[in-house]
Amino acid sequence: MSNGVLVDVTKCIGCRSCVTACKSWNDLPDRVAQNTENWDVPLQMDSDTWTQVNYNLVGQGTQRKWRFVKRQCMHCEEPACESACFTHSFVKTKEGAVIYKPTDLNQDYCVGCRYCMIACPFDIPKFQYEERFPYVQKCRFCYDRMTDGNKRPACVSACPTGALKYGEKEALLAEGWKRINGNAQYVKHVYGEKEYGGTSWMYISDVPFDQLGFKVNVTERSIPSYTWQVLKWTPYIFVGWGALLTAMRLYTKGKSVAHDEHEMYGPVDPK
Amino acid sequence: MSKPRNWSFRITWFRLLLICFVIGAVIAALYRFYFGLGSVTHLSDRWPWGLWIGFDLLCGIALAGGGFSTALIVHVLHKDKYLPIARAALLTSMIGYIISLISLFLDIGRWYNFWRPFFYWGFHSVLFEVFWCISLYTTVQVLEFGDIFFEKVNCPSLKKILGALMTPLLILGIVLPSLHQSSLGSLYIVAVDKLNPLWWSMLIPFFFVWSAFFLGPAMVTIEGTLAARAYRREAELPVFQSLTKVTLWMMIIYFIVKIIDLNYRGVMSQAFNGSYESNMFLIEMIVFVLLPIFLYAIPAIRTKLWGVVTASVLVVAGVVFNRMNVVFTGMAKSVGGSYFPSFWEFLITIGMWSFLILFYCFVVENFPILPKEEYLSHESSIPSKPGVHA
Repeated sequence: MSNGVLVDVTKCIGCRSCVTACKSWNDLPDRVAQNTENWDVPLQMDSDTWTQVNYNLVGQGTQRKWRFVKRQCMHCEEPACESACFTHSFVKTKEGAVIYKPTDLNQDYCVGCRYCMIACPFDIPKFQYEERFPYVQKCRFCYDRMTDGNKRPACVSACPTGALKYGEKEALLAEGWKRINGNAQYVKHVYGEKEYGGTSWMYISDVPFDQLGFKVNVTERSIPSYTWQVLKWTPYIFVGWGALLTAMRLYTKGKSVAHDEHEMYGPVDPK
Repeated sequence: MSKPRNWSFRITWFRLLLICFVIGAVIAALYRFYFGLGSVTHLSDRWPWGLWIGFDLLCGIALAGGGFSTALIVHVLHKDKYLPIARAALLTSMIGYIISLISLFLDIGRWYNFWRPFFYWGFHSVLFEVFWCISLYTTVQVLEFGDIFFEKVNCPSLKKILGALMTPLLILGIVLPSLHQSSLGSLYIVAVDKLNPLWWSMLIPFFFVWSAFFLGPAMVTIEGTLAARAYRREAELPVFQSLTKVTLWMMIIYFIVKIIDLNYRGVMSQAFNGSYESNMFLIEMIVFVLLPIFLYAIPAIRTKLWGVVTASVLVVAGVVFNRMNVVFTGMAKSVGGSYFPSFWEFLITIGMWSFLILFYCFVVENFPILPKEEYLSHESSIPSKPGVHA
């Protein structure tokens, strides 16, 4: 069973209880400097802040309304970070969570190359730049809670309005479409159903997603499939190109005049 | 070696300055290892890769492309007239790779873990291929260089082993760089929807390996001219001129494929929409691709030393410009924020390239790398002896 979360943007009141819950469950320090008075400035996630709620003032016709969007790792079905990592420091678990340093065995295999940060289409992995030996940090979908009697993630359990709903992914997707079809206000789109091959976190909204800071019109193919399309040729190129070069070398060698390299080169005299 | 000579390294004011840069860089590097990346770099969550990856690694490896293109021309196709430049190309390439490995080592956060990918096979990652190929190829180059090393340092048994290994080493020494030069481009395939479509393409591995190859002759020309100037020798002009044909035709193909690719993906119009990215792209294409093609195509220009050197400088600068556009220009819009390298990042970079120059000078002054002057500009006088092959 793969789990997911359905985020109903229309129900979020921007209280940021989820952010606090995330910080306290995962024992992450607060960064006071981040809590700005200006609500309209998009807040960034960082290595100590794995989720963030952004406030968007949206104009629709003559109306203006606030919409609040919780962002965190989307937990892709086929994660770009997992495919980009050359030490298997990311894994997509069967429960649906994408986690870093997944098992006791590979606690410390990350080399800190930060290719996952280049790869992630949602710019989620963050790096502990201030540490001597930094780790990558990101939302773990509260994998510890998930595997402990399938408890809801900390953020979901803290949500007072039911904007976040945790459950089996397919059921949540069906519910998302049921809400959309039952209410004409919703945009006819479940964000995360198809984006980058689908994600475990999905959003529905009454405001077009591009006005809420989402990347829209993105590819529906998973990112690992792009890479693999190129990478799968590697062994063939290695063998084929190697064989061709060997053949050419042997062929031209017979026709060329041999040289005594010892006579030809000499150290330079620095004048 | 006709007559044995002791080790020598002349100190000049310029070299003293370079040594100062190297010492400064070493101190900065030690500081970085102890206090972490945040203490010396301006890298951030938005800009995880900066000067060291963008310039030292991506450009360093591309600039070292002279090694594998020359190896292909000289040792596989046996175009013997290019023999005079073969060893110098190998040397600069080898130093370039060592520098790239050092910069990679500096850049990774958990540097004591650098060896992990050897044992934990993330083969679905492009970086895995890059890492393996670069490490192996650096080893191959060191072994190839060993053959030259033992011409000076007498050790017949080792020299014999290396001599026997030379053919597989030479072949590996072309296959491995072909693979990772393209993979350095493939690294950015993952950045679909992030890297500007003027640069993002499924063909980016082809563009990277192709440009690294045609850059080779240009780089050899510049190195050769600089070495000739520094040591008051005659530049190997006939060799440079003859190499321009390789670069010329490969650049024409590069340009045509680029146009076809842009049209196929339907993003051609974005090159002319007046945005910052489009302007940078046009500069890259016109100044650094079309202009050198014209310079190379006109005999009156390419037969002069200034002509071939100007065109070569443009080609080399163009490849650097292209890599910078991929790493910085093309990514800027999607990741936001800004990045400009810190003083320390610059210092370490300058220190590493200073080390390259110093090491090059030391090696050519002590090992048989450059052709003896009596063989310059007389192609027919390359000594030949039956039974001994290059």
